[in-house]
Amino acid sequence: MGRHGAFRGGVHPPQHKTQSLSASIQSVAMPRILTVPLHQHIGTDAICLVKPGDHVLKGEKLARADGYVSAPVHAPTSGTVIAVEERPVPHPSALYSLCVVIESDGKDTWTTLTPAEDYTALNPSALRNLLREAGIVGLGGAGFPSYIKLNPGLDNPIDTLILNGAECEPYITCDDALMRERAAEIIGGLRILRHALQAQQCVIAIEDNKPAAIAAMEKAATNVDFPIHVQVIKTIYPAGSEKQLIYTITGKEVPSNGLPLHIGVVMQNVATTAAVFRRIAYGEPLVSRVITITGGAAVNAGNYRVPIGVAVSDLLGLKEGQQPALLLMGGPMMGISLPSMQVPVIKTTNCIIAVGQGEMPVSLSFRACIRCGACADVCPVSLLPQQMFWYARGRQFDRVQEYKLFDCIECGCCAYVCPSRIPLVQYYRYAKTEIWAQEREKRKSDAARQRFEARQERLEKEKRHREEKLKKRKQALLDKSPAADTNQSIAAAVARSKAKKTPSVDPDRHS
Amino acid sequence: MSLPKLSSPFLHSGASVTQIMLQVLAALVPGLAVISWYFGPGPLLNIIVAMIFALLGEAMVMVLRARAIVFHLSDGSALVTAALFAVALPPFTPWWLTAIGVMFAVIVVKQLFGGLGQNIFNPAMAAYAMVLLAFPKEMAAWTWPYGLSEKFNASAYLLQQIPDRVFDGISQATPLDDFDIRSTAGEIGDVILRGDLYGTAGGYAWETIALAFFLGGCWLLYKRLISWHIPVSLLLTVFLVSGAWYIADPNRYAPPTFHLLNGAVVIGAFFIATDPVTAPFTAPGKILFGIGVGILTVFIRLWGAFPDGVAFAVLLMNMVTPLLDQFSQPRVFGHR
Repeated sequence: MGRHGAFRGGVHPPQHKTQSLSASIQSVAMPRILTVPLHQHIGTDAICLVKPGDHVLKGEKLARADGYVSAPVHAPTSGTVIAVEERPVPHPSALYSLCVVIESDGKDTWTTLTPAEDYTALNPSALRNLLREAGIVGLGGAGFPSYIKLNPGLDNPIDTLILNGAECEPYITCDDALMRERAAEIIGGLRILRHALQAQQCVIAIEDNKPAAIAAMEKAATNVDFPIHVQVIKTIYPAGSEKQLIYTITGKEVPSNGLPLHIGVVMQNVATTAAVFRRIAYGEPLVSRVITITGGAAVNAGNYRVPIGVAVSDLLGLKEGQQPALLLMGGPMMGISLPSMQVPVIKTTNCIIAVGQGEMPVSLSFRACIRCGACADVCPVSLLPQQMFWYARGRQFDRVQEYKLFDCIECGCCAYVCPSRIPLVQYYRYAKTEIWAQEREKRKSDAARQRFEARQERLEKEKRHREEKLKKRKQALLDKSPAADTNQSIAAAVARSKAKKTPSVDPDRHS
Repeated sequence: MSLPKLSSPFLHSGASVTQIMLQVLAALVPGLAVISWYFGPGPLLNIIVAMIFALLGEAMVMVLRARAIVFHLSDGSALVTAALFAVALPPFTPWWLTAIGVMFAVIVVKQLFGGLGQNIFNPAMAAYAMVLLAFPKEMAAWTWPYGLSEKFNASAYLLQQIPDRVFDGISQATPLDDFDIRSTAGEIGDVILRGDLYGTAGGYAWETIALAFFLGGCWLLYKRLISWHIPVSLLLTVFLVSGAWYIADPNRYAPPTFHLLNGAVVIGAFFIATDPVTAPFTAPGKILFGIGVGILTVFIRLWGAFPDGVAFAVLLMNMVTPLLDQFSQPRVFGHR
């Protein structure tokens, strides 16, 4: 597999990775209360299976997947369900969402775990089902249910399986730490994924700023009976973005509306791969993950294995008397700013950044666009960000879409370099949301129109039917007295009416 | 605890409009220094007058539009417009002409179109075209490049006290003008070019000024404030088009080096045609834009009513900028 060179564009923000890499992965004390949201993945919310008062064991299923694109949720520790209610979840708008709240019993007792003794004996479908039931979703940040990626279908034979260890966002080091310390788990997961996909080639992509991780993965990859290529890629943001990384490794572009599997590629994050291994080898569902805690206002920068559902406030140690200027979940390029510390860590949480005062710009004023084109130069998707901004701001949403708004991956490179400091990505999100809302409205009005038209048609039809029936009856009457001429029938009618007016005794009536 | 709600990305490269504008001004310094070396303090005074009135004009509009004055003036764009406009003026331009021109640039060409980033035409070039048409006598008042000699008296300049008869003694057409008049009158090109006015490679003083602006322009390229597309395509086009006519009739037309080194071609290629607001932003669009400015510049020089054509060429190409952008959009990743 040759080097195909980098994708177009990209930026080099300062790394800030060293402060969280001084020690190995640590564990945290189990807090008393854990809040487990039912929506931690892309797709529909999981359906709750427990009620307040239930005692649950660690790894027991709290909620089941609802439909194909969904994932179940498991208890991160043993204890009692004390509430199933709406709680604040990691969302920029401080949204509330249904959560299972567990009070830990302090014992952390596992439920009965059923490892798969020999995964090679399982067919890919059975293997997928195990992973689906373990609630494994993409841990790189997207949270897409992993088993779906392992179901390419017969039309899409998988040529290349790529493990994403690029970790291109500044500050985040959880994948780096995992690769250094748990290389064997990742390679174990790779074997399983390779079997599930029947993939021809396996590549592990790592940015060249992680020499220790590269060494560890290369070492672990040698003890395997099939070739694994550890590909070192240049450090540039967003090298770890799925479509960009596939291009870097294979030279192939994932089609605009397509999926990697359409070009014979499947990509999984290294942490997801380790979670796959833990499910198959130990029977563990996804109840914890490694996250990075860092930032200028944090005293306990480092990487931690954290149970899902722990509140950020239980994890983050703040410097004395210092309130963070910003609290971020995820990286500084694509993460979200948390409105409070009272939200739980979820499956897709890879990093918590307590931003120190003055560490990141928090200015809200921006200048006019001078069309310098710096944004277009760094866009990894070759969009024209300044044009999209222009039309998004003017609410010309059809024009924004002509400029391929929906190909935007919201990586933030454009806003990072913009000399006018325009919050470009925010405008694109706004435009996307507006377009979605308009489409919903349109669907609604289309449905209403269809209903109306259907009713009109029905009424028309009924009217036509009635008229036809009337006509038929008339015709039938005329047919009965074909010889009768008009005068005769008039005379007959007059006679009938006279007969009616004449009072007569009808024997039937009064009987 | 309340935390601010912001949207990603939370990091920024630190680039700013003000910084870009100041760097453009810095890149103009070598050229300005050489101009002053040859033409005395006049050009520098022109620039100072232009900058003062540019800021004044901008501030007036900000007051009328009820905008923050300091915030908007600090973007530095008015200063760049002022410098590029003033550089095109003869050394003895009266202050009121400079003021009228630069106020026209800032108020009419830029702010009336919506301010920074919204103008269709390059403000400095539109203002230059306006004063060229409105004040032809003052705009032709070039002198022999004497250098910093006693003939230049700054206070006399400022007070507009240079009497016509004194001025007649020092006035001198630029090489572009001189060649235009004399070759049209039937003089042989080669003979004209042998005069002192034409220096070693095209024009005494002018060739050095062009070189200084070229160095400043290369620094802009190095700092990635401009891309190579417009300067390279523009300079190459001027070279090839003027070269073609020179080859066809060397007696009637000047060589391509003369066209490259005289007038506003070099400063135009690096500092004026590259104005991001009024030029295309796609690479193919930029190349076509540069070619267009190059062809129009040479054609106006050869057959137009004016000795130089850069300003009109840029203004004409400004009009087709949206069209060039529209038809040169890059292929988006994942689209075939």
